[in-house]
Amino acid sequence: MSVLAAFILSLFILFIVFDMLRRKKIREKYAALWLLVGLAMLVLAVFPRLLEFVAEILNVQVPSNLLFAMSIVLALGVCLHLSWEISVVEDETRVLAEESAILRAQLTALESRLDSLAGDTGPAPVRTEAPTDE
Amino acid sequence: MTPPLLERVLVIMPAWNEGLAVGNTVREVLARPEGYDILVVNDGSTDNTAQVAANAGATVLQLPFNLGVGGAMRAGFKYAHRLNYDAVIQVDADGQHDPKDIAVVLDGLENADISIGARFAEKGTYTVSGPRKWAMVFLARTISRLAGTRLTDVTSGFRAANRRGIAQYLDHYPAEYLGDTIDSLVVAIRSGCKVTQVPVEMRVRQAGTPSHNPAKAALYLGRSIFAFLFAMTRKPSTVVHAESEVG
Repeated sequence: MSVLAAFILSLFILFIVFDMLRRKKIREKYAALWLLVGLAMLVLAVFPRLLEFVAEILNVQVPSNLLFAMSIVLALGVCLHLSWEISVVEDETRVLAEESAILRAQLTALESRLDSLAGDTGPAPVRTEAPTDE
Repeated sequence: MTPPLLERVLVIMPAWNEGLAVGNTVREVLARPEGYDILVVNDGSTDNTAQVAANAGATVLQLPFNLGVGGAMRAGFKYAHRLNYDAVIQVDADGQHDPKDIAVVLDGLENADISIGARFAEKGTYTVSGPRKWAMVFLARTISRLAGTRLTDVTSGFRAANRRGIAQYLDHYPAEYLGDTIDSLVVAIRSGCKVTQVPVEMRVRQAGTPSHNPAKAALYLGRSIFAFLFAMTRKPSTVVHAESEVG
């Protein structure tokens, strides 16, 4: 019964990752990891003996502990990777914010120069949202 | 008017919800005879900081969201670099830095790349106590040894930089907490920038409230030591060395 449950769960995870990938809700570099995890779960679900075999080789007394330990290490790795990715993204966002602020300031300076130029040649300019030819 | 070495000086004022004080501070700086350009970096304020600053006559950089003092200064340095300024000086928007001292701090650039307006050097009555003081003393001693010159106030935000300083800051100026003072200074020194300090007097802030409580001060001590140790492990930027070899 538990074998069937594990089998269905891993199939479900694989399905969700595939579907997200198909609908471009997840990038390939992250999806690859989850597909690997799903496949590993599938293999373990189909061959439950495999876990006991590996546990014996590694001298782990309770096979499920091996599973837990591996899950924790995996989760830790994923968290670290995400922290790294978000640092990169934050940096990129910051640079974008700087750029947009500088461009906006330069645009404002240009607009006011244009306005003063127009003021030199013609009647006092009327500030409008969109610049128009006069 | 201005010393011949520094023809174009940009005063950078990071401002976050300083609508009450920034207008006065900008007008005070503009009233100086030296004719400084002022850039107010509006750090995602939720009040009318940007409007007040613009009305007072400053150029305003509008950051779309709050980046912290470090982030705001970075944007300011980038602007100064793009518009080819000779020197920048950071001035608090709340009016704690006396505009007449701007020239004093800038004079420090004559034989250094970064000049700090120090609050504890003989002048003024600015005092702190408890863990905050220990942190400042510890940092001042260690960074002085590193810089090879006596620095007493390394967390002062009243500081100027010349072209070399700006170039180094562009390469490395952390946006994190305390990064704008300790981390940036340590990396600048290790990258070969010369640092000096000049005594200035601090005034009471014109608006807003300072944050003082022992728990915060203890946290500040821990953080500043952490920030310092961290900065010591960073890779020095090569910008300064490359430039000085050419020049």
